[in-house]
Amino acid sequence: MKKELKTKKSKSTLMTWIDKRFPLSSLITDHLTEYYAPKNFNFWYFFGALALLVLVLQLVTGIFLTMHYKPDAELAFGSVEYIMRDVSFGWLIRYMHSTGASMFFVVVYLHMFRGLIYGSYKNPRELLWLFGVAIFLCLMGEAFFGYLLPWGQMSYWGAQVIVNLFSTIPFVGPDLSEWLRGDYLVSDATLNRFFAFHVIALPLALCGLVFVHLVALHQVGSNNPDGIEIKKNLDKKTNIPLDGIPFHPYYTVKDLVGVSVFLIVFAMIIFYLPEMGGYFLEANNFIPADPLKTPAHIAPVWYFTPYYSILRAVPPILNSQFPGVAAMGLSVLVFAFLPWLDKSKVKSIRYKGILFKRWIALFVVSFFVLGYLGTVPLNVWGQFSNAIPIIGGVDKAIVIARIFTITYFLFFALMPYYSQKDKTKPVPSRVSYK
Amino acid sequence: MANHQDVKIDKKKRSFLIAVTTVTGAIGAGIIAVPFLSSMTPSERAKAAGAPVEVDISKIETGSMITSEWRGQPVWIVNRSKAMLDGLKKNDPNLSDPNLDVVSQQPNYCKNATRSLKPNVIVLVGICSHLGCSPIAQLQTQGDMGENWNGGFFCPCHGSKFDLAGRVFKGSPAPINLVVPPHKYINDTTLLIGEDNKG
Repeated sequence: MKKELKTKKSKSTLMTWIDKRFPLSSLITDHLTEYYAPKNFNFWYFFGALALLVLVLQLVTGIFLTMHYKPDAELAFGSVEYIMRDVSFGWLIRYMHSTGASMFFVVVYLHMFRGLIYGSYKNPRELLWLFGVAIFLCLMGEAFFGYLLPWGQMSYWGAQVIVNLFSTIPFVGPDLSEWLRGDYLVSDATLNRFFAFHVIALPLALCGLVFVHLVALHQVGSNNPDGIEIKKNLDKKTNIPLDGIPFHPYYTVKDLVGVSVFLIVFAMIIFYLPEMGGYFLEANNFIPADPLKTPAHIAPVWYFTPYYSILRAVPPILNSQFPGVAAMGLSVLVFAFLPWLDKSKVKSIRYKGILFKRWIALFVVSFFVLGYLGTVPLNVWGQFSNAIPIIGGVDKAIVIARIFTITYFLFFALMPYYSQKDKTKPVPSRVSYK
Repeated sequence: MANHQDVKIDKKKRSFLIAVTTVTGAIGAGIIAVPFLSSMTPSERAKAAGAPVEVDISKIETGSMITSEWRGQPVWIVNRSKAMLDGLKKNDPNLSDPNLDVVSQQPNYCKNATRSLKPNVIVLVGICSHLGCSPIAQLQTQGDMGENWNGGFFCPCHGSKFDLAGRVFKGSPAPINLVVPPHKYINDTTLLIGEDNKG
């Protein structure tokens, strides 16, 4: 039936001309009209497409901001204010960019959580997952470098703290952080190179990684809420997956609905809550950077706070605070090991047992508690009268942060054990949907 | 064309040539990386900006401090009172490194009970040894910092505490004491920060 249609529809002369020189029609069929995605996608499957949308938004708004921004320690802060006040619609473009940064992390975190609950990292999607982790790391770098550019107090001291994390690495650390800064302190040299990383190096890497992420996705096909390989049930005549539907028009249309809802939320934030009560844009960043005065309370932007909490929770060992830095690094990199940590026979949480469900719930709670604690000073909940045995620390917040740092890592460390022991349910051969 | 098929390919020679080309190429790439990587180290201008600075200390009242700048970093100069100096000893049991065993944190001529050349005047780089924030001076006893506070510095970033000799308190995220920079007196009231008699 399909083949008949194709032969009937004669290609235009232009298309024939192009196809001889560039495989345009086969790209469209292979990746859109005859790329089959599982028909049981749910809410969680919006966020990949949305991440792509936000990437485009960031690239476009970024280009226009670069037309007015000055990467110079004397001029940077002023040029951002100039964009906000004097450039026509500059405020809108800047708020789109700053809100876009936070929304990027919102959709990427949801996208990652989707992978986590439906086992999208498992065989045969390990490489797809690893490219995803690389994108996440790139994105964190991009956000960090970008945050220095407004040259406010939080920009400055945030960069100071993060660059100094590298100086704790044994032996090479101090030289490494001096090399990263290009000076003995965060200065004009640092701002200039962070600008280069933010507008050229990382966006290029990000686009390249997104491309290979999609190539890998189209090689193995999408996972789905049932964790069933749709390529295992093909129509005998056409070789089309029985549980698949063409990406275009079915999912392009569905994603358009997601895009509309997302843009409504996005616009509401831009117009009514661009600073999001200090979570998207911190109050201290409206004060120009002052290398001689640290703000009274330093907190990273919300999307870094869980890792920042882990950094603060780990005490120095042998006069070195490298262990805390290492723990923070590991808390991000540990996602890369998921494909080999999960020994479960099934992919999706729908067929996993109670053990996995409990652990993932604990992980989510840990992530949120650590995330919250990273935004507040350590004395927020007061102190215990005595130091707590084993875990140590008198500040209540530190003790709680230590407990949840442990559970955060146990989710991963014990996964080979509990995922194997867990009682899984039988997986049906075909996908289910309402 | 038939002739070409008859020619025997020397596979050994081919793989040798591939290996040699790869290694040469890798060495070349390594060498060309050097100028790029070293372009990111502090420039001559940044190094020149690290020159020593002179500070007039005659106007610092007893019990107060001034903040100077050297290499873009805040440098504190505190004129400690008799009571403040007496307080230092009381802190000893609560400090991580009361005897200044970590030698990198002060020049040898300041490895003494007050960590200074003149007992009352301490010179400190005002950068926390944890992650480089600038701690806030809490010179007064008691006040905000609780009952047993003998004066010192508090880092707002992660809660590290230091005494009036820049020594870190136990339980702080900062692992070691604040840095005493190289310094010397040109005369009784003029301090030179960034240079000492040893070089």
